[in-house]
Amino acid sequence: MLLSKKNKEVLFNPFSKDNPVLVQILGICSTLAVTVNLEPAIVMGISVTAVLAFSNVIISLIRNTIPTTIRIIVQLVVVAALVIIVQQFLVAYDYDVSKQLSVFIGLIITNCILMGRLEAFAMSNKPWPAFLDGIGNGLGYAIILVIVAFFRELLGSGTILGYQVIPQWCYDHGYMNNGLMILPPMALIVVACLIWVHRAHNKDLQEE
Amino acid sequence: MNRNSNTYQILYSAIMVIVVGAVLAFVYMELKPKQDENRANDTRSQILSAIHVAPQEGQVGEAFNKYIVKQYLVDAQGNVTDSSANVAFNVDMKANVKLPAAQRKLPVLVSRLDDGSMKYVIPMYGAGLWGPIWGYVAVDADGNTVYGANFSHESETPGLGARIAEQPFQDEFKGKHLYAGGAFKSVAVMKKGQKTPSGGEQVDALSGATITSRGVSTMLNDCLAPYDPFFKKLQGKTAK
Repeated sequence: MLLSKKNKEVLFNPFSKDNPVLVQILGICSTLAVTVNLEPAIVMGISVTAVLAFSNVIISLIRNTIPTTIRIIVQLVVVAALVIIVQQFLVAYDYDVSKQLSVFIGLIITNCILMGRLEAFAMSNKPWPAFLDGIGNGLGYAIILVIVAFFRELLGSGTILGYQVIPQWCYDHGYMNNGLMILPPMALIVVACLIWVHRAHNKDLQEE
Repeated sequence: MNRNSNTYQILYSAIMVIVVGAVLAFVYMELKPKQDENRANDTRSQILSAIHVAPQEGQVGEAFNKYIVKQYLVDAQGNVTDSSANVAFNVDMKANVKLPAAQRKLPVLVSRLDDGSMKYVIPMYGAGLWGPIWGYVAVDADGNTVYGANFSHESETPGLGARIAEQPFQDEFKGKHLYAGGAFKSVAVMKKGQKTPSGGEQVDALSGATITSRGVSTMLNDCLAPYDPFFKKLQGKTAK
């Protein structure tokens, strides 16, 4: 069975109960940096998902050959190589987005979610569950990125994916874009609001 | 085999590095032509932005061919030396500005706008705070008035120096004059109210980005001054 009960958990838990951003508070740096507009956030989410899924599979395939003393280095090399490939593809096929994301694609290497999943999951599981785990965690991260970027772009620039959604008559009647939404601190506050809502719905996540 | 023996570890890392290196080299070679094309198109759209042309996505090449009607190099006396195709576009500005002013190639991109007026786009290259900055200034056919400017940077601080690449700053250059009393003065980027050392016109500097603003100012002066004879010729033409 490709999607046994255990595999389903591996795939879907990171969306909510085990979300890397909301519950484990990993990958916050890039959540602040690339969520001003929706498009780079989506590309970043896809890139992280791709890198995470493939590095999970690769590490899982070679997990029995890796010498334990240099395992972190091996993981880093695999992640770095995949990130460079993603970066090269972006420069070749989506130059504008690659310019907007600039250093943040390179910084996927330092995204704690990646090393965390490799060390905690891929090193001790078979390739297929490792692949699902990578997809799940990558998408769990991507969802949060997209939600944050949605609110920041809507309230900060009045657009969604670059299209004007707040009609002109609102501006004529005194509505103004909230310039604060474009600045990094508001990403933290939006993430905090998401965590608040999330915990309010999931009683078992609440600490005493 | 003992996975923790030194021989195994060294062999393992060596093979890993070779495999990864080969894969990356292959990807790089495969994608390079496409990447070079994208970079060239980016440069083209920067040049077009200096003459206030914003082509649709994917039509940068066509718009460039439509508006940039001629390219040539001029020498230190303002005479055209080379007008082969794409000659100005292909000048490596980074290497070029390192030469003494008299030995530089001086590229000019001549553009004709929809209303028939001619603009002369001058590429420039200089240093910001963290890395290189570069730009394009379009000068009117009178060889004096700035029509538009576009600046880019590699790694200036976002929100501070990086604002040289934003429209409000670039718009300030429109209508400034490079000459005062018949002598080349450039345009200075400095605090409002200060007197420019050359006595020319000025553009408001960016607060919080002193070094970058100064870099733009130096770049303008350094890269436009060698064109003095060329501008004088243009001025002579329009005065007649």
